[in-house]
Amino acid sequence: MMSTTVTTDQFMQAIMDTLYMVGMSLFVGSLIGIPIGILLVVTRPGGVLESKMLYAIINPVINIVRSLPFIILLVAIIPFTRLIVQTSIGTSAAIVPLIIYIAPYIGRLVENSLLEVNPGILEAAEAMGATPFQVIWYFLLPEAVGSLILSLTTATIGLIGATAMAGTVGGGGVGDLAIVYGYQRFDTVVVIATVVVLIIFVQGIQSFGNILARKIRRY
Amino acid sequence: MIELKDVYKTYTRKGISNDALKGINVKVEKGDIFGVIGYSGAGKSTLIRLVNYLEKPTKGQVFVDGHDLGKYSDKELRAAKKNIGMIFQHFNLLESKKVFDNVAIPLILLKKNKDEIRKRVLELLEFVGLGDKAGSYPSELSGGQKQRVGIARALASNPSILLCDEATSALDPQTTRSILQLLKKINAEYNITVMIITHEMSVIQEICNKVAVMEEGRIIEQGSVLEVFGHPQHPTTQNFVKTVIQNSITNSMQKSIKREPGSGIYKLEFVGQCASEPILYKMIRSYDVQVNILFANMTEIEETTLGKVIIQLKGDTAEVNKALSFLKNSGVGVEEVEKHDVNYSYN
Repeated sequence: MMSTTVTTDQFMQAIMDTLYMVGMSLFVGSLIGIPIGILLVVTRPGGVLESKMLYAIINPVINIVRSLPFIILLVAIIPFTRLIVQTSIGTSAAIVPLIIYIAPYIGRLVENSLLEVNPGILEAAEAMGATPFQVIWYFLLPEAVGSLILSLTTATIGLIGATAMAGTVGGGGVGDLAIVYGYQRFDTVVVIATVVVLIIFVQGIQSFGNILARKIRRY
Repeated sequence: MIELKDVYKTYTRKGISNDALKGINVKVEKGDIFGVIGYSGAGKSTLIRLVNYLEKPTKGQVFVDGHDLGKYSDKELRAAKKNIGMIFQHFNLLESKKVFDNVAIPLILLKKNKDEIRKRVLELLEFVGLGDKAGSYPSELSGGQKQRVGIARALASNPSILLCDEATSALDPQTTRSILQLLKKINAEYNITVMIITHEMSVIQEICNKVAVMEEGRIIEQGSVLEVFGHPQHPTTQNFVKTVIQNSITNSMQKSIKREPGSGIYKLEFVGQCASEPILYKMIRSYDVQVNILFANMTEIEETTLGKVIIQLKGDTAEVNKALSFLKNSGVGVEEVEKHDVNYSYN
């Protein structure tokens, strides 16, 4: 019979921490990332608000942030994290780097989703005399909603992976539990339980995203 | 009224410039159904996009209802575009929105109130024959129905001009016909000026009253459809006309023609009234000539009958000449086919 040193309460707490970190960073990350994705699409050459300068600034900045592995980003921006949440350890301290990590990722995914929209529809919008804002709001976004949901699903799953490293700054969560108890204390049960929980999370989120996208697309 | 004055359009990509339009002059009068025909790459897509300034001319001016679009600010231009509806080859409907919302979009952009939008959209859907499809998604419709939605959407803001960009090219012949009839009805009932670009001469024949033929960024021929169909000058135009009007003697017939002394081959053209009179019969009764009909074709263009006949006349030279002047006096176009011309085709 296998035994474990982790209590059910500890395990539940870890799940709650993971959900909290994913939820918060997804929410704030989307608030930043979606506008970034839109900006990338509308300012690119040939876009409805073409701006060489803006595009030339946003595009490389995103690439720079995206080229950092999360574990490095996490420690590299500790001073910034401290500035924002007054601490560099704990769940809240993990959320700041998670947001910095996920926002550009969401930006890129949103950009890809919006670029998939049939250019003919944008031409029709322009022929109707729509303002750039109207083009985005009435044409670009509604046509991309299904794809945007799938993009956010991908981002969420990416976030779950990243939260596993949040333990480095004492962020908690199931990933942390697996490393501290499972790996460092040879508690196989915790490792297995964590893996199971993560699989259920990812499967659940992906299925939910797929169903939602299909329902919204209707075509 | 649409007028393009000496318009040039050059695209430059990676230092290589490509002249899409090379000095275009076109005038479309109010109420016209104006067709622009040309092969792919002739520049007709660019031309139609200049009319609502989706493309800006490199040189030259575009006037719509007397206003130079080039002098407008962005805001004024957007307002002007609401007076110009446009439909597309691939419909360009919002797949995520129901038919009702697709047609409502131009009105939403105009910030009309909900009741007004509802009334107008249902009225438009009724007009295009889709009264029962308001709640459907575009993916549930056939190509012809999608184009009807496109037309309803284009008419929503009450434009005075409708631009049709290869609007029937993705449709089958029967659906094409029904869409063309709808465009004709729109032109007649709302007095909307229609400009159509197409590569199908049948579209021009069916509904246009004026036509411009384009090739390599230039207009090589333009005028009333009857003129251009009746006497196409340029080889490209002749090729287009051939696609809808069979105009040459069949091969076996050509081989069997005997060119004897005292006989001549003539192309005759009957336009309008004279096409319905028994002119050839009268000629045969009055003059001692033998008539051999080698080719005959009747076409209706702009509700006018255009008849083309190739005959061989045999007989005494004096009698033949008398017969020919009788034809000319009866309003028939007569042209002798040169001896060495073996093609006997109409152009």
